Amino acid sequence: MSQLPMAGAPANVNLVGLAKNDYRGNPTTLCAGCGHNSISNQIIAAMYELNVLPENVLKFSGIGCSSKSPTYFMNRSFGFNSLHGRMPSIATGGLFGDHTLKGIAVSGDGDTASIGMGQFKHIMRRNVNMVYIVENNGVYGLTKGQFSATAEHGLHLKKQGTNAFMPIDICMEAVISNATFIARSFAGNAKQVKELIKAAYAHQGLAVLDIISPCVTFNNNEDSHYSYPWGKEHEAPLHDITYIPPRNEILLEEELKEGEVREVTLHDGSVIVLKNLEKSHDPTNRFEALRVLEEGQRNNWLATGLIYISTDKPTLSDTYNLVDTPLNRLQEADLRPAPEMIDKINDLMF
Amino acid sequence: MDKVINDFSIIVGTKNGSGSSTANNTILRAIFKMGIPVSGKNLFPSNIQGLPTWYTIRANKDGFLARREEQEIVIAMNPDSFARDLASVAPGGAFYYADDIKQPITRADIAVYPMPVKQIVRADQSIPNDFRDLVGNMVYVGVLAHMINIEVDKIEAALNFHFKGKQKPITMNMNMVRAGVEWAQANLEKKDAFVLEPMKKTDGLIMADGNTAAAIGSIFGGAQFVSWYPITPASSLAEAVNDYMPMLRKREDGKLTYAVVQAEDELAAIGMAVGAGWSGLRAMTSTSGPGLSLMTEFAGLAYYAEVPIVVWDVQRIGPSTGLPTRTSQADLTFVYNIGHGDSQAIILLPGNVNECFELGWKAFDIAERLQTPVFVLSDLDMGMNQWMSEPFAYPDKPMDRGKVLWEKDLEELKGNWGRYLDKDGDGIPYRTVPGNKHPASSYFTRGTGHDEYARYTEDSSVFLHNMERLKTKFESAKQYLPRPVTYMTEGAKIGIIAYGSTEAAINEARVQLERDHDMPTSYLRVRAVPFTAEVDEFVRAHDQIGVVEMNRDGQLHQLLSLAYPEAATKLRSVAYGDGMPASARWVREGLLATIARTVKADPAVEEMQPTVSLGAAEEDAVTEGAK
Repeated sequence: MSQLPMAGAPANVNLVGLAKNDYRGNPTTLCAGCGHNSISNQIIAAMYELNVLPENVLKFSGIGCSSKSPTYFMNRSFGFNSLHGRMPSIATGGLFGDHTLKGIAVSGDGDTASIGMGQFKHIMRRNVNMVYIVENNGVYGLTKGQFSATAEHGLHLKKQGTNAFMPIDICMEAVISNATFIARSFAGNAKQVKELIKAAYAHQGLAVLDIISPCVTFNNNEDSHYSYPWGKEHEAPLHDITYIPPRNEILLEEELKEGEVREVTLHDGSVIVLKNLEKSHDPTNRFEALRVLEEGQRNNWLATGLIYISTDKPTLSDTYNLVDTPLNRLQEADLRPAPEMIDKINDLMF
Repeated sequence: MDKVINDFSIIVGTKNGSGSSTANNTILRAIFKMGIPVSGKNLFPSNIQGLPTWYTIRANKDGFLARREEQEIVIAMNPDSFARDLASVAPGGAFYYADDIKQPITRADIAVYPMPVKQIVRADQSIPNDFRDLVGNMVYVGVLAHMINIEVDKIEAALNFHFKGKQKPITMNMNMVRAGVEWAQANLEKKDAFVLEPMKKTDGLIMADGNTAAAIGSIFGGAQFVSWYPITPASSLAEAVNDYMPMLRKREDGKLTYAVVQAEDELAAIGMAVGAGWSGLRAMTSTSGPGLSLMTEFAGLAYYAEVPIVVWDVQRIGPSTGLPTRTSQADLTFVYNIGHGDSQAIILLPGNVNECFELGWKAFDIAERLQTPVFVLSDLDMGMNQWMSEPFAYPDKPMDRGKVLWEKDLEELKGNWGRYLDKDGDGIPYRTVPGNKHPASSYFTRGTGHDEYARYTEDSSVFLHNMERLKTKFESAKQYLPRPVTYMTEGAKIGIIAYGSTEAAINEARVQLERDHDMPTSYLRVRAVPFTAEVDEFVRAHDQIGVVEMNRDGQLHQLLSLAYPEAATKLRSVAYGDGMPASARWVREGLLATIARTVKADPAVEEMQPTVSLGAAEEDAVTEGAK
C-alpha cells in the first residue's frame, strides 16, 4: 500500500533510492526471540517504506536491553545511547541542533517508568518532535530479571517472588501528561507495530508507542501480560490501522472498501485510517482514551492501536520560533553580536 | 574633629522582603557616580520575607573594596536585629535608626541619629498606603545623603537607572529622598567624622554583577542553547541570558538563533545541554553545588563521549543545602574529580566581573576545541553582588569551533574518518554533528566502551588505549587555557596563590603585610585547572606559598600539592569558609599565622618552625619574631 512505483527505479529501492539494507543496523545481541528484535525490524521496514533518509533521523536511547536496540537499526543515522532514564533530556537538546530532523527513541519500562519517569513526563509536556517507543516487558532484563514498575500486581517470578505493587500504565501516564500521540501495540503483531511506527513518525510532536515486548528469558510466564501467549490471547485491537503517506492519498478509496472507517489527518497531510472493530473508539477524545485504558485494566485485556491523537499542538521547535537554517549550521556572523554592541552593553551597565 | 574622607563602611540592617534593595543599590550607585571606589554586598537570608538581612557598602579612596568586619556607619531599620546592629558600630562611628523602634541605646561612644521615618512618609499624602514601607527606605537614603554628602543628583541618576527611566516611581522615591535630606538638614547635627568627597576614580568603569557579565559574555561567545533549573545563586545568570538575548541576537525576521529552556531539574538541564552540545550547538547550563551534584553522571558521560558543554557553577557554601545565600569556594575538588571512574574536568576560574564576561565567551571556544565539559567556577559574592569593573571588551579572536567535519570535508576524506581516532596526535579527535547529509557522517555515541570508530567494544586494550588518548587530550588542553594572573614583588620570597573573588581581600592584605609586617609577597591568581606552566614556575620561585581560599579543607592547596608533590611542603593552606566574602583581615592574619617567618639563616631551622594558629596574640608573636 505504501509505495508508488517509480519509473525506471529498481524494484528493490524506495523513492529515495535506498534498499532495505540501507536501513539495517548491526546484528542484534539480544536474546533469540526477544520482542525488541521484531520491533527493530518493523522500524527498518517502516522507514524503508516511508522513504525516510536515514540522515534525517536521530536515534536516542537510555540504558537497558531495549536501549541497546538503536544499534540494530539504521546505521546511517546518528545515535546517542545515553544514561539510564535520561534519554528524554538528551533528545530534547539534541533535536535543537537541527529542527528538520526527527527523533526515534527506544526506551524500556525501567528506563521510562522507573528511573526515567520524570523526564518521560516532561518530554511529553514539551511535545518534542520524536517517536518515543517503550519496549515494555515488565522486567529488568539486563540486570537479570527484577520486577519493573510496569509489572502487574500479583505476578510471580521464580527468583523475585510475587509483585506486591500496582503497575504503572505507560499509556495512561501519557494521556494525563498531554502527549499528542499515544498508541499501544504488541511486538507479536508485526503489521500493527509497523503501521503505528509510520503514523508516529508522521506525527508532528511526541508520539508515545507502548509496545508490549515479551522477555523470553525472564518474563514469559503464560499468565503474565508481558508474555507472548498472554498477549496473543488478550490483545484487543481498537482498530485495524493503516497509515497512508500524503502522496498516496489517492489510493485511499480503492483500498478501503468496507467497514466503518475513520480518517485522522496528520500534520503533514498524511492520513491514518482506522477501521473500527467492535468498539467505536474516537482517538481525538482524551476522555475516551482514558476510558478505554481503564476498561482494559478492569477486564484484563490490552487495548492496542491508536489510543489518542491531537494534531493541533505546536512542537517544541515551533514553540521556540527558531530560524529556518538549522541552528548547528549558523555561522559566527549569526551568533556573535556585532562589535558596536559591546559599547551599547557597557552603556547599559551602570 | 578630623574628617574621615572616602574611607569607611556602611551597613544597613533591614527585614528581607521590605524593599530595601532599591535603597541600598541607590546609595552604592550614587557613591560610584561621585567617582569614589565603592563596593556593595548583600548579606541575605534564604527567605522571602521577614528575616533580618544586611547590606554592606564600602567606600575606599585607595580602591580597596573587600568586605570589612568593622563598620563605621550602621543604619538600623529592623527591630529584630537592632541590638546586634547597635553593638556592631565601630567606636566613634555613627548609628542611624528608625525612631519607631523603641529599644535602649546602650552606646555612648558613637553618634546616634534617630530618624522619624514613618512620620516623614505619612506626611507625603501622594504615597499610596501600599507603598509606604517600600519608599520609607528612601528616607534613610536622604538622611544619609545629607549627613555624609552623597550628591542628590547622583541619587536621582541611580534611581533613573534602576527604574529604567519610568518617571512615576522615580518621582515617588526622589520625593522621599528629598524629604529625608530636608529633615536631616533641619534636625540633625553632625557628630561623627565620616564624609564623602567626589573623586575621579571611577571614570570609564562600569558596575555589574558577575552573573550578568557571564550571561553577556556567553552571548558574545555565540551561546545557542541554555538549559537551566532555578537555584540560588545561579538563577540570575540564565535569567540574564533571557534578558539580553533578544537585544543582542535580534534578527529582522524575528526568529531565534538560540533556545533557553528551563528544565525540570538539573539532571535534565545538563542532559539537554549535552544533547545540544553533541548536535553541534554552543550549549551551556548554570547551577550551584546541589545542582552540580545532580549533574555529575552526565558530566562523566560528556567527558567519556567527548561532548562539548559549558557548565557555570556559581558556588555557595555547603555541604547539602548549607547556607544557600552565602558565598564559598568549596566545589573545586568536587569538580576536579567530577564523574566516576577515571574522569577529568577542565575548570576555568574568573577572578572578577570582567573575567566572568571574558571566560563567558572563551569557555565555548575551549569546550569545542577540546570536545569536553568546561566548568566555570564563580561564586555568590562575584555572581550576585555589584562590582566596579573595567568595561567588557569585545572578543579579540574569532570563534574556535574545533574539529568538526561537514559534508565537503567528508567528501575530501572519501568518508574515511573515525570519531575517536587521534589523527593529529594531540588526543583531540574529529567529530561530525547531526544533520550532516553525507552517508558516512553518522556515528553512534555511547557511554559504553568504544573503539576509534565509535563501535561498541569490551576489548581491554582498546579501552586502555582510548583512556590514554583522553589523558593526552588533557595535556594538549593546557595550551588553550587562560594563563594565571601574576603580581610579582621584587625579591619577595613568600608567594600567595588563590583564585576567584578573594582578589580584593588579597590585594589589600598584601599592602598591609608589606607595610605593617615587613612581609612583601608575590601573588598568582590561578585561572584554570589543569595548571599551566606559569603556576609551576611560581611555586618554584618562592620559599613559602600561602594558598588562600574560602573553604574548610584547603581544596586548591590539595590540587597544587597533587600537581607539585616535590613542593608540597612549602605550600601552606590559608583556608577559611564561613560563608562571608573574604576580608583583608582574615587573609592577612591567616598568612601571618601559617607562613613561618624567621630571620633566614639556616634553612634547617626554618623547616622546624611550628605552624602557628590564627589569632591576634600569636600574630604579634610571629611579627615580633620576624623583627
